[in-house]
Amino acid sequence: MLRLSLVLVLSAFLALAARTADAQEKVFRYAASGDILGLDPHAHNNGPTNAMKGNLYGSLIHRRPDLSLAPDLATEWERVDETTWIFTLRDGVTFHNGNPFAANDVIYSFERQRQPGAEMATAVASIATIEPIDDLTIEVKTSAPDPTLLLNLPLFFIVDEEYTEENDGFDVALAAGAQSFVNTNANGTGPFRLVEWVQDNRLEVERNAHWWGHGDDAGNVERAIFTPIGNDATRVAALLSGEVDMMYPIPLQDVPRLTGHPDVAVLQGPELRTIFFGFDQHRDELLDMPGSGENPLKDGRVRRAFALAIDKEGIKRVVMRDAATPTGLMIAPGIEGFQEDMNTPYPFEPEQAKLLLAEAGYPDGFPITLDCPNDRYVNDEAICTAMIPMLERVGIDVTLNAQPRSLHFNKIGAPSGYDTSFYMLGWTPGSFDAHNVLQNIITLDGPGQGTWNSGRYSNPRIEELTDLIASTVDSEARDALIREAFQIHYDEVGHLPLHQQALAWGVRTDAVAEIVQRPFDDVDLRYVTLD
Amino acid sequence: MIDFIAQRMIQAVFVMLVVALISFSLFQFVGDPINNMVGQEATEAQREALREQLGLNDPIPIQFVKWVGNAMQGEFGISYRMGKPVDQLIAERLPATLELVFLSAILALAIGVPMGVYTGLNRYSWLSRVFLTISLIGISLPTFLIGIILILTFGVWLGWLPTFGRGGTVDLGGWQTSFLTLQGWSHIIMPAFTLALFQLTLIMRLVRAEMLEVLRTDYIKFARARGLKQRSINFGHALKNTLVPVITIMGLQIGALLAFSIITETVFQWPGMGLLIIQAIQFVDIPIMSSYLVLVALFFVLINLTVDLLYYAVDPRLRIERPGPAH
Repeated sequence: MLRLSLVLVLSAFLALAARTADAQEKVFRYAASGDILGLDPHAHNNGPTNAMKGNLYGSLIHRRPDLSLAPDLATEWERVDETTWIFTLRDGVTFHNGNPFAANDVIYSFERQRQPGAEMATAVASIATIEPIDDLTIEVKTSAPDPTLLLNLPLFFIVDEEYTEENDGFDVALAAGAQSFVNTNANGTGPFRLVEWVQDNRLEVERNAHWWGHGDDAGNVERAIFTPIGNDATRVAALLSGEVDMMYPIPLQDVPRLTGHPDVAVLQGPELRTIFFGFDQHRDELLDMPGSGENPLKDGRVRRAFALAIDKEGIKRVVMRDAATPTGLMIAPGIEGFQEDMNTPYPFEPEQAKLLLAEAGYPDGFPITLDCPNDRYVNDEAICTAMIPMLERVGIDVTLNAQPRSLHFNKIGAPSGYDTSFYMLGWTPGSFDAHNVLQNIITLDGPGQGTWNSGRYSNPRIEELTDLIASTVDSEARDALIREAFQIHYDEVGHLPLHQQALAWGVRTDAVAEIVQRPFDDVDLRYVTLD
Repeated sequence: MIDFIAQRMIQAVFVMLVVALISFSLFQFVGDPINNMVGQEATEAQREALREQLGLNDPIPIQFVKWVGNAMQGEFGISYRMGKPVDQLIAERLPATLELVFLSAILALAIGVPMGVYTGLNRYSWLSRVFLTISLIGISLPTFLIGIILILTFGVWLGWLPTFGRGGTVDLGGWQTSFLTLQGWSHIIMPAFTLALFQLTLIMRLVRAEMLEVLRTDYIKFARARGLKQRSINFGHALKNTLVPVITIMGLQIGALLAFSIITETVFQWPGMGLLIIQAIQFVDIPIMSSYLVLVALFFVLINLTVDLLYYAVDPRLRIERPGPAH
């Protein structure tokens, strides 16, 4: 026992020594609940993964934390006609390995990112061709007028043609069946360069001394170490012990405790993801009413009754501990096309809901199964559990089916033929534009539409409007079209938006001077300033 | 003896095939890996292409036969999530878990056996009562709670030990070891103790009970009567005769340590096999799950074989060759 405690004491000294050594260099250590999916800039389309790629790779345009656009590898851009843009590239930029950056790298990256297997292809989907005019000027042609082109470009990451070809890395492998060099190495033009990535264990980056943007509004991190810590309690303990300088997400029940800690600040803000519920409006017979030949959810009054029966404020206060913003729209503030005046949630009027159900011919309600994930969104299962008594109060007999995400998304998605009547889903539009939601969630006809419209909601006018929105460049006219589409969707209760969940980050104030929280759950290292 | 080992090996292959088959049929119920591999905006065509490429559209028996065929050739597939060969991933993670389990087993034995002997010899001393009370706590508290309490005490309040992860490792020809630096020890000691506590208390109670039993036997009385030294009676005769059940239990428990390390590794973010498998389950990473289960089955078989061989070493009676069949 004596020897054991000796070891304990010695190692304690060692831990202290290690801490002081860190202090000479500006090292930022942070943790999140999971690791990134891979480093291939064109493979996975996933928020935290994209943020890490943004630390390592440059794109033509950078998205600032306030979501505004800023020059990155392109210094200027100009629209020549409806479908043609000219981009002037930044001079004198080099990749981490020293290779110079030029127009050919942009064209190569475009060809790589648009491959059918690449998830990131969605960001360059509207681009038809990219032609070089000279080494530092390119001409981009879109297949149709595309008002969202610039919004998508922050997710168009530029790789080095020479380096990628040397390593035989053109093909995008989605981490399946094949090993991929590009997925485990990185050579970009971003503010940080990769030192080491040991999957699930640590990812270390260091400042790119040759980055063009030093001296602007950038932070001062010289080295950053990212550790995924899946266990909530361990992640909180790591922050409390000062072993990490920042971690996210904070479990909601720990928010008050961390707020009271003298050296920890809790940053909370709304996320861009909207959590909503969908209704099966496609089947002629509801899954839970076999033999009846009826699907009550096809009746707009029934869907409205659901909307009126749910106490969104109650969920916010009790289940979410105030860390949510109830919403009436399918998109969050900050998304292009957001309409402040249309964001009022459906009122909470259970009596009115009962009347509507009676009017629709279901005075005694009907049975229904609610499909809900239990490891995807903040308190997802708890929200669904809280909804059961609310709906039962108006007569609807809810059975909850809460499952892990892999099962949930399989059940409500296309692989199982949208095997659901009533489900929970969350969505952040990847382009930060309303059209993305209309395309994926609210419409059906046309290629790539309705990927996650699991209730098969469709309204001919919205279908028409969505196609118009895709190609309308004039922003005022476009805004009017978006308003019209969302108004119809709101009136028909196509889906039932619930809230935007809040981000909760824990930051050591004795180590971090400033960190900018973007409205999505990830860290852009260039905006971190250490003491 | 060689017959015996060969027989065990044949059984082992059979056990592992059965484990693989059962695990394969279970994987149908853990979900569709495709959803985790592609982003929310991937089209149905992209999903279907990937499913086809991975052979997920084949019937389960065909997938199983393919997998076994590849495994025979040392091909365990490529992880869906990580895009790396499974054997390479397991080789990276195995040292962390084995070192953790090894240190836990040593701790459990080195502390548990003396405590057991002491409490067996001094049944009514106050220290024995303290040991027994502690062992009750060790046996009744769940592992994750012990881990969190240790983290809170030594990591957060006292600030002596790191709260998570593995650090200060030294590369010994591909084997990352924690045992050569103080920093490595500082990382491993809490998870190892957490993992050891349950086994420790179990061993202590077992040794105590066996000691009480053995001390009552005639040969101990005769040994005393012959005037042998107390020390030689207690350790040379009494303790040695308690060891057969201890070895059996310890063998089974090392298997359990490997399995329970999942919880400890999750609590301490220890980058070993447990963390690998728990993340593989969340992600429905079939190649990793199947290889892991077969590997654990292999460990159990090997541990049991070692235990059987150890009986021979401890118990001279077993060394007598079995008589041949009567003529």
